[in-house]
Amino acid sequence: MIDLHGFSAQLLAGTALTIELALASAALGTLIGLALSALKLSRSKLGRGFADLYTTIFRGVPELLIVLLVYFGATIALTSLSRALGGEEPIELHPFLAGTLALGLAFGAYATEVFRGAFQALPRGQIEAARALGMSRFLAFRRIALPQVWRFALPGLGNIFLVLLKDTSLVSVIGLEELMRKTSIAVGFTKEPFTFYLAAAVIYLVMTIISMIGLGALERHANRGVRRAAR
Amino acid sequence: MSGNVIAESIPKLLDGAALTVELVAIALAIGIVLAVPLALARVSGRLWLNGPVYGYVFFFRGTPLLVQIFLIYYGLSQFETVREGPLWPILREPYWCAIIAFTLNTAAYTAEIIRGGIQGVPHGEIEAARALGMSRLLVLRRIILPRAFRLALPAYGNEIIILLKASALASTITLLDLTGVARTIIARTYMPIELFAMAGAIYLVITFMITRAIKALEHRLSPHTRPPRPA
Repeated sequence: MIDLHGFSAQLLAGTALTIELALASAALGTLIGLALSALKLSRSKLGRGFADLYTTIFRGVPELLIVLLVYFGATIALTSLSRALGGEEPIELHPFLAGTLALGLAFGAYATEVFRGAFQALPRGQIEAARALGMSRFLAFRRIALPQVWRFALPGLGNIFLVLLKDTSLVSVIGLEELMRKTSIAVGFTKEPFTFYLAAAVIYLVMTIISMIGLGALERHANRGVRRAAR
Repeated sequence: MSGNVIAESIPKLLDGAALTVELVAIALAIGIVLAVPLALARVSGRLWLNGPVYGYVFFFRGTPLLVQIFLIYYGLSQFETVREGPLWPILREPYWCAIIAFTLNTAAYTAEIIRGGIQGVPHGEIEAARALGMSRLLVLRRIILPRAFRLALPAYGNEIIILLKASALASTITLLDLTGVARTIIARTYMPIELFAMAGAIYLVITFMITRAIKALEHRLSPHTRPPRPA
């Protein structure tokens, strides 16, 4: 086993924060994705234009740049807001919030495309049938569309979640003490960069493997009622 | 005054963009050369070939690129044999470390993309070529690889854009790529919103050009799917 010089508890604390960051960003991004995919499929020209602009920008700009822009941009905006209200101290957006917001915005752009595909895979007749049975639009969405969209979207969402999990490391750049930052701190003390970055790599690999197992279980659960062709 | 800063930073940002494109182009060129034999090893059906390549691909796809960059740039200096070895003049340069990390990373992703392409080549075409008396090598060169590249092109286009965005991480090891230049100017002027927005716009322009180039290449390489020209 590799000797971590007593830093294993620190690395585990960083791992926990990494997992929290990934889950919070994925939750935010899923909501953004659902809302924007609805806009993309809507009749409103303005709505479609906005959703297209959003996905073009957030899929074409580096995630690192988004993280930096949200963190420094929000800090400047908050500070000038507080100055306008008579405050003195500069206000800094907490790196966890900035990271969640930045990664959630990026996740949302990819999730929008995933959900759009999933909604389009839904047979139209089913929604029409539900409406004909007297369900309201919302009830038809909740009972008929959403459970199936979830099933169609899961593989795509799983892929972007695995990307997100690795992108959480970017938030170390704005000082959040997640796994990557904790590792760099340990490197500063021990002067053993290879050992510690390798340990971090192994932890990311384990998180990836566990996520893949979890996503597989979710997919099996979502597909439980689907009949497969006889082999 | 702020207008002045913006006007002065444009040529610097473009210099940074040139370095970004240079890093990405070199990594892509070497990466694809490495990826072809790796992909062939993956489909070889021989465990001693497939196994190690699978391990390599799994490591580089399952860990953050930031960890890979730090492992190479900071990590390797932990070993005296490296520090006193003949490769040290290369391995201590952030420029070469970034290129090595990007290359190994993109080779892993590209190998899987090409593997998908190879497996997508219809069996009948390979059997037909064999039946015509082509040797295995000739079938590979004339039938399998050209078809696989065409099939893999859309996915490879995505990989180019992902690598372009990921190359922003070069700025974390002091390189003055597009993101690095923006961060340096911000450290002096403290105008993060303006500069990150400008850098983001330049990334978007490069992304757009790559997308267009790939689309044009796809069109050129698939004359058989186009309707015949009117006589």
